[in-house]
Amino acid sequence: MSTNRPALALRQGPAATRVLGVGSTQPDRIVTNDDLAASMDTNDQWIRERVGIVERRFAGEDERLVDMAVTAGAKALADAGTDPSEVDTVIVPNCTMPSPIPNAAAQVADRIGISAAGAFDLNAACAGFCYGLGVASDLIRAGSSGKVLVIGAEKLTDVVDPADRSTAIIFADGAGAALVGPSDEPGIGPVVWGSAGESVDMIYMREHRYIYQEGQSVFRWATTQMAPVAIRAVEAAGLELSDVDVLIPHQANLRIVEAIAKRLRAKGARDDLVVADDIRYSGNTSSASIPLALDHMRAAGTVKRGDIVLIVGFGAGLSYAGQVIVCP
Amino acid sequence: MADKAEILSGLAEIVEEVAGVAQDDVTSEKSFVDDLDIDSLSMVEIAVQAEDKFGVKIPDDELANLKTVGDAVDYVAANSK
Repeated sequence: MSTNRPALALRQGPAATRVLGVGSTQPDRIVTNDDLAASMDTNDQWIRERVGIVERRFAGEDERLVDMAVTAGAKALADAGTDPSEVDTVIVPNCTMPSPIPNAAAQVADRIGISAAGAFDLNAACAGFCYGLGVASDLIRAGSSGKVLVIGAEKLTDVVDPADRSTAIIFADGAGAALVGPSDEPGIGPVVWGSAGESVDMIYMREHRYIYQEGQSVFRWATTQMAPVAIRAVEAAGLELSDVDVLIPHQANLRIVEAIAKRLRAKGARDDLVVADDIRYSGNTSSASIPLALDHMRAAGTVKRGDIVLIVGFGAGLSYAGQVIVCP
Repeated sequence: MADKAEILSGLAEIVEEVAGVAQDDVTSEKSFVDDLDIDSLSMVEIAVQAEDKFGVKIPDDELANLKTVGDAVDYVAANSK
């Protein structure tokens, strides 16, 4: 059926995108297992065996989520050699802003010097960075955005009961960012994502104040269900598991990370696959953990430019997402 | 359905693989936590592998009731197809 109504114009972006630069920040204050043992019934050995954490960083009262996001985002721009004026969109995956209004992204964009950015927060909990990266890549491919800054930032110490030893030993603060832009060669594979809302009660805010999780159930879900998601992400990128150089799962618990790596090796990942263990010195920083690990590993030389990196995030919702990226 | 000796032997292999406990030490009267020093997360890994090996479902709330190796053998024997 024809009408006289004029057709809407559409934009079309470039076919491929890549990560142009990464950056991260953590608070200065280091909290060791012994520090925690001084105020609750736990000890260094127990924490290392259960979650693999040696120490973590806690933000001070005057260090806000948005402050960490600004620092990490500016570092990612500097790493890419990109001026803020070249960026038009800012996404801040997080789940720990002190209140829902205002969001973090608009003020973060302004403070970095990105004028009138399209700016929004994205809450997919610990899967947030992978969700954000997938959205950023597709915004560019669709022609909606030119360059997108994705900043996973969390101040989890605001939502942790300092007396609850099941969570206080795990969660920490920090921010990690990636600048995404057009590319001649594909540097970000298709995102594979999903959710399991029927298991919403596995991780939630107790009395809307403190984070709570069913440790065993979350462990079972993550160790059995996330390797298949990672494999689907590799397949979606048209690669084999043996092509993957580096695995960076969300740094939830070192034993979950190791269990995912073991399953991937059983399915064809290489024995010399480099596996992120940044949780040892960073704790679980939710949506910040993957870019934090990538930035730290790149600085340490364990991940090099051009490496094929498989990332997978998972957490409250339940929600999960993963994709393959090429290290900038 | 496997008999209990076979289940015990299969379970002992899993416990050794997950927690590094020698198979000979995995006997019916042993408590997973108190005698074999297996923590709650390793118990989940053992349960997941036992599910695959024996074709049973061991939900987390059932897992909490399996205090001894013998409890686990009995559960698998009663629930495997």
